[in-house]
Amino acid sequence: MERFAELLDRLVLTPARNGKLLLLTDYFATVPDPDRGYGLAALTGGLDFPAVKPAMLRTLTTERVDPVLFAYSYDYVGDLAETVSLIWPADGGTEAPALSEVVERLSHASRSDAPAVMARLLDQLSPSGRFAAIKLATGGLRVGVSARLTKQALAEFGGVEVQEIEELWHGLTAPYTDLFAWLDGKGPKPENAAQAPFRPVMLAHPAAEADFSALDPEAYAAEWKWDGIRVQAVAEGGVRRLYSRTGDDISGAFPDLVEAMDFDAALDGELLVGDPRLKTGTFSDLQQRLNRKTVSRAMLADYPVFMRCYDLLLLGQRDARTLPYAERRPQLAAFLAELPDDRFDLSPEIPFASWQELDDKRCNPPHPVIEGVMLKRKDSPYLPGRPKGPWFKWKRDPFTVDALLMYAQRGHGKRSSFYSDYTFGVWSGPTEDPVLVPVGKAYFGFTDEELRQIDKYVRDNTVERFGPVRAVRADLSHGLVLEIAFEGLNRSTRHKSGIAMRFPRISRLRWDKPAHEADRIETLEAMLPAG
Amino acid sequence: MMQPRDLLRSRPEGLYCPPGDFFIDPVRPVDRALVTHGHADHARAGHGSVLATRETLDIMGLRYGEDFAGTTQEAALGETVAIDGVRVTFHPAGHVLGSAQIAVEAGGTRIVASGDYKRSTDPTCAAFEPVPCDVFITEATFALPVFIHSNAEEEIGHLLTSVRRFPERTHIVGAYALGKAQRVIALLRKAGYNETVFIHGALVKLCAYYESVGVSLGPLQPATVEEDGAAPPAGAIVVAPPAATDDRWSRRFADPLSCFASGWMRIRQRARQRGIELPLIISDHADWGELTDTIRETGAAEVWVTHGREEALVRWCELNGIAAKPLHIAGYEDEAE
Repeated sequence: MERFAELLDRLVLTPARNGKLLLLTDYFATVPDPDRGYGLAALTGGLDFPAVKPAMLRTLTTERVDPVLFAYSYDYVGDLAETVSLIWPADGGTEAPALSEVVERLSHASRSDAPAVMARLLDQLSPSGRFAAIKLATGGLRVGVSARLTKQALAEFGGVEVQEIEELWHGLTAPYTDLFAWLDGKGPKPENAAQAPFRPVMLAHPAAEADFSALDPEAYAAEWKWDGIRVQAVAEGGVRRLYSRTGDDISGAFPDLVEAMDFDAALDGELLVGDPRLKTGTFSDLQQRLNRKTVSRAMLADYPVFMRCYDLLLLGQRDARTLPYAERRPQLAAFLAELPDDRFDLSPEIPFASWQELDDKRCNPPHPVIEGVMLKRKDSPYLPGRPKGPWFKWKRDPFTVDALLMYAQRGHGKRSSFYSDYTFGVWSGPTEDPVLVPVGKAYFGFTDEELRQIDKYVRDNTVERFGPVRAVRADLSHGLVLEIAFEGLNRSTRHKSGIAMRFPRISRLRWDKPAHEADRIETLEAMLPAG
Repeated sequence: MMQPRDLLRSRPEGLYCPPGDFFIDPVRPVDRALVTHGHADHARAGHGSVLATRETLDIMGLRYGEDFAGTTQEAALGETVAIDGVRVTFHPAGHVLGSAQIAVEAGGTRIVASGDYKRSTDPTCAAFEPVPCDVFITEATFALPVFIHSNAEEEIGHLLTSVRRFPERTHIVGAYALGKAQRVIALLRKAGYNETVFIHGALVKLCAYYESVGVSLGPLQPATVEEDGAAPPAGAIVVAPPAATDDRWSRRFADPLSCFASGWMRIRQRARQRGIELPLIISDHADWGELTDTIRETGAAEVWVTHGREEALVRWCELNGIAAKPLHIAGYEDEAE
């Protein structure tokens, strides 16, 4: 358990992706079975112990520690798991249980004996071990590592492609002994035992990397790029699963769509909110349905989801991925015609004769939920990963706004000596006496040289400091104007401005532009989707 | 028996002894000051006279120049001096080199002002000695039951493991210039690390002083040399004041990995906020267990609690039947270490 606890401690504080990968591969290489397998399960969200609840931990602790001292401590630390792990009156011992033992005990705990099981664990573990055990038991490690990154580390550890792991993943269970045997080179590749498995998706390159003068428009089909999330709907032998683009099973969050998956096939498409016959909802509508474990009846009625399909991977027993796009597409269309039209539709193709014509259409899309166009080579099979050439995404140009730098925060890792995270705002209130209202935060889009320049500007123009944050002088006569590029706006009740920016980044430093000429909030409000 | 408040009381300048007419660790210039140790918030320049240990006087001289006070007098540990009928004795506090507790005694009442202290072992200074007393004045920097410091040797072990695991990165260890920096270096040597340790300019004089009084720190080199611009090799350990580790100074090193040796590093969010990748829980202050054990050992019937989380330690004293009150003296840095 201590080794797993140390891994969590290091992951929390390691900002760089490569550093995280190194910590993970090191863990898989040095920790024996079955512990590393349970560690893997914990990191990929594969463990669930419903009997342990945060309130129970609080009660257990205040039975042992003065409640006033506990309250002072919790107030200071701010995190329940961490407070309990540090304040728990035991030293741990030499008999600290292994991670597999901890998992074993937690999984056999009933609601009635869970407090005793948890208390005994906390007695036997060190503070770090206790923290890890509590995070494990209550779910949500929150160590800045996605399931995807963990699988990437597994792939690097075993010297295989990450798609191979994703393809196998749903047939495997903790502690993944067969998987590790294969990755160690000591066993065969596990058979895919899952029913309705995930098939690694085909990804597109940005069109900026394409040389259009060398591409024949005749060789490509085009369709709109819808602003939803990429999903894969698989139904085989009565088993139905909805996967995210990285192979996470998200069926539980979308029972309305899964119910309609009465077929034997695997479809690739975009998950959107609305009714395809009437209305396609915005990404902000879709967000109401994302990252939920359960959905209420009201949610299902107000934000129904449907799938706008653009590819066919499996039809009955037949793998369609080897067929060229030009053959898959009519089969997909014929197949979709039989499905309920409130839940499935076909992503329409865009007729075009020249790149110029397509570009015009791209810049004037017929629907607000379109974020660009997709190009697909008609003769290309469906290939996993991101092959160069067959698919391109050609996004609509981003929106831009001129905002003023208001606050700067220190970065992490390599950028820890720089003020590299910027909060920016636009003018609001009466024109003769406007005030700045923050509208977003950006921490990339600039070059290293520009970073050095902004850092110097921040240090030279600081008006106030709050820990790692500096307030930067910004008024009508003085300030740094930043051109911010972003993908869209949503309404937000969490932000003072009432606006949340999607994917903001700094596109240009406007040293030349006077502060009072930065944009006003009305400019952004006009860009908000109706409703 | 003299009432404790007649022997020592807090005044805006600091802790004052009316019968002896002196202050302990005054935060403003006064005529007569007794100083527990050389950290800047306890030892200030400009007093008429200063009574302190030899090392504390030397450290003040290094930091403020030889004329930091009108006159100075050396206090030998364990020897009692009389100041206008008040008996004053310095005892080791185990905090940093030269640090002392000051026992003040008159009219049958003894109060110990412990300054800053710790109980864990430190190869760079004399160990704390509990002094029986009627009133014990304790610091409260880490006075919450969540603060349990790790074993410092184990923490140094984590640092050395990280150096092995990331040999291409320069490990910059933030450590206060007086005490913590030398302790970290001494612990590295104890763990068998014999490579040159690179030190920030602010540490040079103090490290040389530690060496001169017999605390061996092994091969040291300035981390930055202006003339030839030679940077420490990748994988080196650099020790610097905390403010320098994440500032522009650190940009010259190969892919710096930011470490911080401090009791605050027990709290993950603290490490995260500061952008610390490798927290080292090494403290020169007593943790919760040391604070409460020490209060018991002194046998004090009354405890005065100063700089830090006073309320929690006062609460613990109440639960344990010991009279206690917070002593509000402005000017000490309860967040510093």
